[in-house]
Amino acid sequence: MSRMTRKMFKGGEYLIAEVAKEDVFTPEDFSDEQKQFAETAEQFTRNEVVPQAERLDHQDFELMVGLLKKAGELGLLMVDGPEEYGGLELDKATSMLVTEKIAPYSGYLTAYSGQTGIGTLPLVYFGTKKQKEKYLGKLLTGEWLAAYCLTEPNSGSDALGAKTTARLSEDGKYYFLNGTKQFITNGGFADLFTIFAKIDGKHFTAFLVERAFEGVATGQEEKKMGLKGSSTTPVILEDVKVPVENLLGEIGKGHKIAFNVLNVGRFKLGAGIVGSAKTAFLEGVKYANLRKQFGVSIGSFGAIKEKIADMATTIFAAESLIYRLAGLLDHRLSSIPKDVSNYSEAYLRGIEEYALECAIAKVFCSEMLDFVVDEVVQIHGGYGFVQEYPAERFYRDARINRIFEGTNEINRILIPRILLKRAKAGEIPLEREMAQANETIRKRSFATPDRSVCLGEERALLKNLKSLFLLVTGAAVRKFLERIQEEQEVLMALADMAIQIFALESAVVRAEKLTAKGPSDRNEGLAKATVKIFAFLAGETVGTAARKAVFCVSEGGNLAMVLNGIMELTRYDASGLLAAKRCLAEASLEGEKYIF
Amino acid sequence: MKILVTLKPVPNPDEKVKVREDGKGIVRENIKTVVNPFCEIAVEEGLRIREAHGGEVVVLTVGPRESDQQLRTALAMGADRGILVEAAGDLDSLAVAKVIAKVAAEEKPDLVLNGKQAVDDDNNQVGQILAALLSWPQATFVSKLEPDMGCRKAKATREVDGGLETIEVPLPAVITADLRLNEPRYASLPGIMKAKKKEVKLVPVASLGVDTKPKVRVLSLTPPRQRSGGRKVADVAELVSLLSNEAKIL
Repeated sequence: MSRMTRKMFKGGEYLIAEVAKEDVFTPEDFSDEQKQFAETAEQFTRNEVVPQAERLDHQDFELMVGLLKKAGELGLLMVDGPEEYGGLELDKATSMLVTEKIAPYSGYLTAYSGQTGIGTLPLVYFGTKKQKEKYLGKLLTGEWLAAYCLTEPNSGSDALGAKTTARLSEDGKYYFLNGTKQFITNGGFADLFTIFAKIDGKHFTAFLVERAFEGVATGQEEKKMGLKGSSTTPVILEDVKVPVENLLGEIGKGHKIAFNVLNVGRFKLGAGIVGSAKTAFLEGVKYANLRKQFGVSIGSFGAIKEKIADMATTIFAAESLIYRLAGLLDHRLSSIPKDVSNYSEAYLRGIEEYALECAIAKVFCSEMLDFVVDEVVQIHGGYGFVQEYPAERFYRDARINRIFEGTNEINRILIPRILLKRAKAGEIPLEREMAQANETIRKRSFATPDRSVCLGEERALLKNLKSLFLLVTGAAVRKFLERIQEEQEVLMALADMAIQIFALESAVVRAEKLTAKGPSDRNEGLAKATVKIFAFLAGETVGTAARKAVFCVSEGGNLAMVLNGIMELTRYDASGLLAAKRCLAEASLEGEKYIF
Repeated sequence: MKILVTLKPVPNPDEKVKVREDGKGIVRENIKTVVNPFCEIAVEEGLRIREAHGGEVVVLTVGPRESDQQLRTALAMGADRGILVEAAGDLDSLAVAKVIAKVAAEEKPDLVLNGKQAVDDDNNQVGQILAALLSWPQATFVSKLEPDMGCRKAKATREVDGGLETIEVPLPAVITADLRLNEPRYASLPGIMKAKKKEVKLVPVASLGVDTKPKVRVLSLTPPRQRSGGRKVADVAELVSLLSNEAKIL
């Protein structure tokens, strides 16, 4: 029997708790209405955007602006906006699904996200009523386009190191902004900029700046490796007179805006990436069917089949992960009563709760995409290296995803740091769980697979991987104490483990749902095959990360015990791996699509 | 003006389909169902007529309960209400036409708009049979439609072999939409939300008292022969030689 109410999990709690499939949102749970929203986004992208890829890639920004406005007419820019100002205020799952469907041409996805995400959300979350009345309606319909200006030539990851300044005028009515912002998405055509500057060189603060304000200029388009369809320019501010009423949020609290918007940016980026990966995958399987060598299509070779199976598997994991996160967010956000006075604040706290999972989504999805586009080029052989096929563009467009919205390094560091912070604040009983994991090793009481249940093997592996994470984290904390925060090589390894565990658990839970539909469902066997492939990959990755961490942390007799523990805790019987890979590859080739 | 638009859910024409093992149908699992593109054009035309002349657009489909989803698409585009005649299994063209005729007799529309054919089996029959059953005039393969409510007639331009034919039909009439009639709009997101509140009436097919027993039986389906790749010839002489000796068409 499935329960009617879903359990609410805290951010990071998955590392110490077990989740049931009923508690997790998966793409199978989308409502008819959500699917309809997705359908509109998909049709619009397929009919209006993708056929223009060539022109857009040659920076026809007039066309790009027209397409953004057209999306506005269909309500595609309204998804996250509050109803009061003409938005649709749909849930995060819908917002992510729509973003996924916008993705097939990445240059457009970037412009779209620049508008609907970082361009609009600071105003949604932190704007005053007056500011929203003035600007928000225009942004939600696409009448105005928006850009977000945080990065500077000398401050990227160190966002708070910004040099742009704001100075209050003598009559107290204006701020004068001076400085240069760098790599600004939609810079070439945005009407409204959210600009971060330091008042008197000290107080980091956000401002709403119209392009029409005197002293605002945008520079030359960057010559980029990819995402050529999107506009990326510097924004130069020279004594720009900004009315005091355009100060966004509070003086000195700009970081709150920047970080909160980044959390949203990360999970939405993940959703977009899932769409990009599916698009690239489709080209890969199509080509594998089409291309003949030695008299047969190359898709009939095991070497190519394996690529297809591994790609489908990682996309499945990313997709499961990203919509699980959507479910976590929606579950929490929908529990906030809308009439509370500090709704915005509570809402942002709700998102911030899952900052760790947002970072995971960003890292896992962007690395998944790079793996996929690389293999798609490889399947295309020499044709993957020329512009006749889109594979070449996919490859170039993918690379930036590991860099923006916080580099993957910054995001990896965040993962264990957030966890340790939550543990310190008493929100997560990490200490107790780490001790428990030590006991597990000492008593050699590892989880053993219950083969009578479906996916019992994978469930046992998950349990053991969680113990392993706790074991290694415990060892690192004991060795470095507070200094662990600065031991980045170790933090990276802990993050890798946490990421893989979240991804694997999301995939396993989703497969449990798919298999629960019964053996008549064609996807049942495929879901099991996919999880087998992924469990093998994830187990190996976690094992390697754990060993690296342990060699960085432990020595002597303890080392041998822990290494032995790693071996036990990553034990996974992947018998049937070959059959699993072939069956998934063949189904993908036959359907010529991503089959889930 | 009251317009009844019919629509058929079909497997997504952009996906690769496979013939079922029994050879009598295609594998429907994992293939998305969409509104037949010609029916979408019919819906769009209905909406445009309503926008110009006022009135009501009613959308109708015949099929399983899930077909509600395709009606919702039309409602999201702007249709006013929907009717779903629930029927299990595949109905042939005659049965579908009988069902539509029954609904039309009740709804008394000024116009029935159909897609000219469905892209799944390309039968191209329902509109014609329907007009016969109702004893209404018909204009098929229409690429331009100009209704005149005052005189209760419509001018229709039809795409016929080798050109265009413009005819006039008194209303009520059955019109089937061709590709160039219009370009259908997208269901906007606010439209989708509004559609949620619109009425879809469920009518069990048995309650209509029409005989839906199939008169046509599919014996077998065969996928098209795989095309072998083309090849380049060096000059005209080689081409002529290949056409006469290998293709044997010269």
